[in-house]
Amino acid sequence: MSKRITLAHGSGGAAMAQLIQELFVESFSNSYLAKQEDQARLPMGELIAHGEQLAFSTDSYVVDPIFFPGGDIGKLAVCGTANDVAMCGAKPQFLSCGFILEEGLELSVLQQIVCSMAQTAEQAGVAIVTGDTKVVAKGAADKIFINTSGIGVIPSNISWGAEQIEPGDQIIVSGTIADHGATILNLRESLGLDGEIESDCQPLYPIVSALLPISGVKTLRDATRGGVTAIMHEFKQISGYGLEVNEADLPLAPAVRGVCELLGMDPLNFANEGKLIAIVSKGSAEQALQAMRATEAGANAAIIGEVNRSGRITVKGCFGGSRLLDLPSTEPLPRIC
Amino acid sequence: MCLGIPGQIIAISDAANMLATIDVCGVKRQVNVACVAIEPLDALVGKWALVHVGFAMSLLNEEEARQTLAALESMQALAHEVDDFTGLGHSDKEKA
Amino acid sequence: MQYVDEFRDPKYARLIIERINQTLEAIPESRKPLQVMEVCGGHTHTIFKFGIDQLLPDSIEFVHGPGCPVCVLPKSRLDECIAIAENPQVIFCTFGDAIRAPGSSGSLQDARARGADVRIVYSPLDALALAQQNPDREVVFFGLGFETTMPSTAMTLKQAKLNKIDNFSLFCQHITITPTLQCLLEPGDLRLDGFLMPGHVSMIIGSEPYQFIANQYGKPSVITGFEPLDILQALLMLVEQIAEQRCEVENQYKRIVQPQGNQQALIAMQEVFEAQQRSEWRGLGDIENSGIQLNKEYQAFDAEVKFCPEKSTAKDPAECRCGEVLTGRCKPTDCSIFATSCRPDNAIGALMVSSEGACAAYYQYRREEHQ
Repeated sequence: MSKRITLAHGSGGAAMAQLIQELFVESFSNSYLAKQEDQARLPMGELIAHGEQLAFSTDSYVVDPIFFPGGDIGKLAVCGTANDVAMCGAKPQFLSCGFILEEGLELSVLQQIVCSMAQTAEQAGVAIVTGDTKVVAKGAADKIFINTSGIGVIPSNISWGAEQIEPGDQIIVSGTIADHGATILNLRESLGLDGEIESDCQPLYPIVSALLPISGVKTLRDATRGGVTAIMHEFKQISGYGLEVNEADLPLAPAVRGVCELLGMDPLNFANEGKLIAIVSKGSAEQALQAMRATEAGANAAIIGEVNRSGRITVKGCFGGSRLLDLPSTEPLPRIC
Repeated sequence: MCLGIPGQIIAISDAANMLATIDVCGVKRQVNVACVAIEPLDALVGKWALVHVGFAMSLLNEEEARQTLAALESMQALAHEVDDFTGLGHSDKEKA
Repeated sequence: MQYVDEFRDPKYARLIIERINQTLEAIPESRKPLQVMEVCGGHTHTIFKFGIDQLLPDSIEFVHGPGCPVCVLPKSRLDECIAIAENPQVIFCTFGDAIRAPGSSGSLQDARARGADVRIVYSPLDALALAQQNPDREVVFFGLGFETTMPSTAMTLKQAKLNKIDNFSLFCQHITITPTLQCLLEPGDLRLDGFLMPGHVSMIIGSEPYQFIANQYGKPSVITGFEPLDILQALLMLVEQIAEQRCEVENQYKRIVQPQGNQQALIAMQEVFEAQQRSEWRGLGDIENSGIQLNKEYQAFDAEVKFCPEKSTAKDPAECRCGEVLTGRCKPTDCSIFATSCRPDNAIGALMVSSEGACAAYYQYRREEHQ
């Protein structure tokens, strides 16, 4: 194959066929893809055995830079969509994958990303079963954009949702916040900060699985763009209730704290790519916390606040005062995921 | 704009260009030490400095920091002494 | 974090406040509420973030001062920056704080969206590195800030000159603190009982430049650090001065500030800069000798000489009361457009844009009390 992606790779001819066969099918390696039909044919029986509802989610990935400590755009594309599916309790099983490639992209870069996607998919127990490739002229896209859509079955006995949130419910985060945002900001703005800062990009289903048996769990969301702040506002929007976060209880990696202090930024607004927020009834909160901490991905889980009747999103500071936590008016980090 | 954070100088990375590596909470960055330079430059290693826009702007006087904190601690000790002397614990004060 | 967390320990806050209350008892009621001006935007930020104003008794009030370089950035100067940034040859580098400040037709960030190459840098040295890496482009650094940031700009220019990096220039918008303080106190109509002096400006200039405030105007002041306990401790020192009828320049931030300032920094500044006769401050008008410009030896690095941007005479709209807020003559909530048409997502004045601005702080932390 040629060393760079050309328009021929997207034109449906020999170059494209070679790319699909030698790179995508080879790397993603599963029986559905191997059939090379226009569509993936998935057996319903196996799916229906677990529940009556299908969870279906889609996301596009345009992160810049495409490689970063802790991951790359490919790993993000698999985890991000798999995690969105998992938030309702479904085990993510099948993904589609659409590539938009910029003419001139180095083939070795694409190979690295595809390899990363394959490894991540295997780790997450997910199969990439159908896909598409387009190539656009130089300048019409920035190196590589990826869209993934995913499905999984929601277990019959699980019906989590933000409308169930009630005052007194506890807010639990599955680990340290702002890792991904701090990593990307450092690279993109060339801040030259060198430390143990890496993206937390990872599959979250193991944590979800640990929470399935706990009856007090109300709802889960993965905290991506907009960070913890955005999730708090989403919960308020749907439930009508207020939420207060205790600043002293937020788990923060020391290096990420250092970045935030140096730049004067609030970690609550930074993106995450491997963290979820769970709302759990007061009575079940401790049990949920221990279940999360028993998983590798949730080892640093912490209870960070509570739902209340105020109708506002607030942060309680270490000096005791409460302040409003607004949604930032501008995106502090464009193209973070 | 006034944002300055204390960090520890852990190495001189480029003496000719007055650059040192500073550590803030495990995050390392190159900072220019021209404003705090002493002879020899190596003597800066281990010292704490205030970092502002990529420059070390002042060496932190650790003795003064200790004294400032000691003043706060002595206030706390005094508060307890007064409580003991008057026979009042904090909880009694609240009741009264 | 060492040398940070200790100065944020809440258990000492209660004790200091008790002492402040006790000391206040010795001050006659007629003098209360005491009006304390925190000059510096960084102090405004800490006060609101940690809720210090809520912890204090009603007999002390904060008056927010003009020590926020983005807040006092005139619209006209921003227009001139944007004009330079729109030159396709130029890479325009700025600190993050200034990128959303409103000019006549949008901010630097808006200019970037229209295609100007505007980049956020953490340090002027990063801008210089960009110049070295892009020899076919012109790199302009937006030099903003009080004496805190002037040494870094000066050091960077010295390096540029030494290494003959001639595709690097400075748009100089540095300002000095003492003419501003003089401008505040001169009219004599401002009821102020004391000052919390900017800790990091003082780190550079020392304590001597503030003596005139005690000697000429009879106001006590305390050079203050930026953690919440620094501010509380400084307030206690100030209240003690008032109670004991002393009038001095005291230093609470001794771990960083020396009375003589930083000589190496001052020398570098003198080598590169000179005072400008007159400088316009947003909301305050022209202040004599408060501006800074490059001296003759560094003229080649002056972006205004290189690019001759069209001079702008833009002013803030009439309903904007930034100037009065900056000089402590009114609170943000007294402004008719506060939180209505002037909000962080649609800032009309610079005080709503800067993270250190009093209006932004009120909006983020206190607006629900005034709704």
